[in-house]
Amino acid sequence: MAELNVNIGSLQMKNPVMTASGTFGYGIEYADFFDISRLGGIIVKGTTVQLREGNPYPRMAETPSGMLNAVGLQNKGAQYFIDHIYPQIMNIGTNMLVNVSGSSIENYVECAEKIAELDKIPAIELNISCPNVKQGGMAFGVTCHGAAEVVRAVRKAYSKTLIVKLSPNVTDIVEIAKAVEAEGADAVSMINTMMGMAVDAEKRKPVLSTVTGGLSGPCIKPVALRMVWQTSKAVNIPIIGLGGISCWKDAVEFMLAGATAIQIGTYNFIDPTISVKVIEGINDYCDRHGFKSVKEIIGAMEV
Amino acid sequence: MLDMKVADNYRLHKNYCLLKLTSDDALPEMMPGQFVQVRIDNSSKTFLRRPISINYVDRNANQLWLLIQLVGEGTRKLSEASKGDMINLLMPLGNGFTIPGINNEQKLLLVGGGVGTAPMLYLGSYLKDLGFKPCFLMGARSKNDLLQLNRFEELGQTYVTTEDGSFGEKGFVTNHSILESMRFDRIYACGPKPMMVAVAKFAATNLIACEVSLENTMACGIGACLCCVEKLKDEHHVCVCTEGPVFNINKLSWLN
Repeated sequence: MAELNVNIGSLQMKNPVMTASGTFGYGIEYADFFDISRLGGIIVKGTTVQLREGNPYPRMAETPSGMLNAVGLQNKGAQYFIDHIYPQIMNIGTNMLVNVSGSSIENYVECAEKIAELDKIPAIELNISCPNVKQGGMAFGVTCHGAAEVVRAVRKAYSKTLIVKLSPNVTDIVEIAKAVEAEGADAVSMINTMMGMAVDAEKRKPVLSTVTGGLSGPCIKPVALRMVWQTSKAVNIPIIGLGGISCWKDAVEFMLAGATAIQIGTYNFIDPTISVKVIEGINDYCDRHGFKSVKEIIGAMEV
Repeated sequence: MLDMKVADNYRLHKNYCLLKLTSDDALPEMMPGQFVQVRIDNSSKTFLRRPISINYVDRNANQLWLLIQLVGEGTRKLSEASKGDMINLLMPLGNGFTIPGINNEQKLLLVGGGVGTAPMLYLGSYLKDLGFKPCFLMGARSKNDLLQLNRFEELGQTYVTTEDGSFGEKGFVTNHSILESMRFDRIYACGPKPMMVAVAKFAATNLIACEVSLENTMACGIGACLCCVEKLKDEHHVCVCTEGPVFNINKLSWLN
């Protein structure tokens, strides 16, 4: 039995496996399938200050080894989360993180401030990379200036662990990671979905109501791995790797490439119990290779 | 999550198969109108599970029946499953149809179009077991597209429309003369959206309680991904997988 605990800033996790925002609801949706307290952390649905209805249906298109989504941050707003959802999830027994999103610097800050008041939420993941909203979202995450500006403002207002979720839809993700590190981010999570689209040939129409959407699933894994590896060589803050992880081996690959922890996203839809299988698989891998702690495999790829 | 064994799998028609699944354990409680999410293994083009409505639950044989329309690669894979193969399901999911209270004198009409007839078999048998006398109205393109007709006829009075007039009355289900000649207290419908909208309008105009079962494209089936949403009359998006798939037509925005 290897030691599986890792730290992200001051956030202590019992193992490196988290579930990605937007793919695991508020955790409770999955409680019937397994003991969700076994996870290293759960990142709940993207939350904004105001209620958002999200984009019109259709919002989803299947692709080979993945899917496109255009949900558009549907959520009932931060106050609803605080009043109605937080009481249900505060004692789950694992790190509950909130993914914070916004359309302006002011409402990113306002949302972060509201979540900061919740004792049992030890960290936030700042979403500057959602491709499915017209204003804000990815707009902040695709330039160093925009990313730095929003992280600087939120950092002032939020003293707990601040993770920044990066967009792959950029020329050089390493530069964005360096910019948010310089503004005091405690960690980066990468990658969010890649912009894509689907066309219905018979109807001569786009499949998604928004025309474009975010691609996720195993099809994006090689891109995510490459970006984690490049970034890990350039920053000193921990990286949480995600993008197409569907088994323990994928998770180990991300850690070898430099990730301190990983998130499982889209694959939760295919196997709701995948995250515990990944925890067990990482442990077996460490035992098999003689690693006493999972920390030994972080960045251990020999090039 | 349950692994079930294929007990039988046969073609009803070139585009439809009936997959009968069984388990060593007793099947969980399932309500008519609920659905399952079937994992498709060994298919490079299929990534997500496929939501399939419950066609019938045979308690004596401990079998779950799924009536599957062959639409793409995923459903084709399912049609190729052989006896003894294991299939992984999330089940049962969704809310199911509202079963009327003790008054089994109520006149109930179960309307199905195309593969939308699938959940009506379980609903019909469930209602019959409770002492109701359900009537069925089935719509199809032509005679050859009518599915499980003899089973419906065993459960109650069954009326048919075909678009080409090759069986029953010619036209769509909402053109059938039974809707003029008989008064129903409640209508259940499942089928293509234009059909359900027409049924919903008929029911609303005639002040008949009506529920429809939606089949919005979905990914997770458990309310996590928020892809399968329907915008209700109150302007809010709700997940069809958890708040539905069955909706009272009064909640939907279709009639506005």
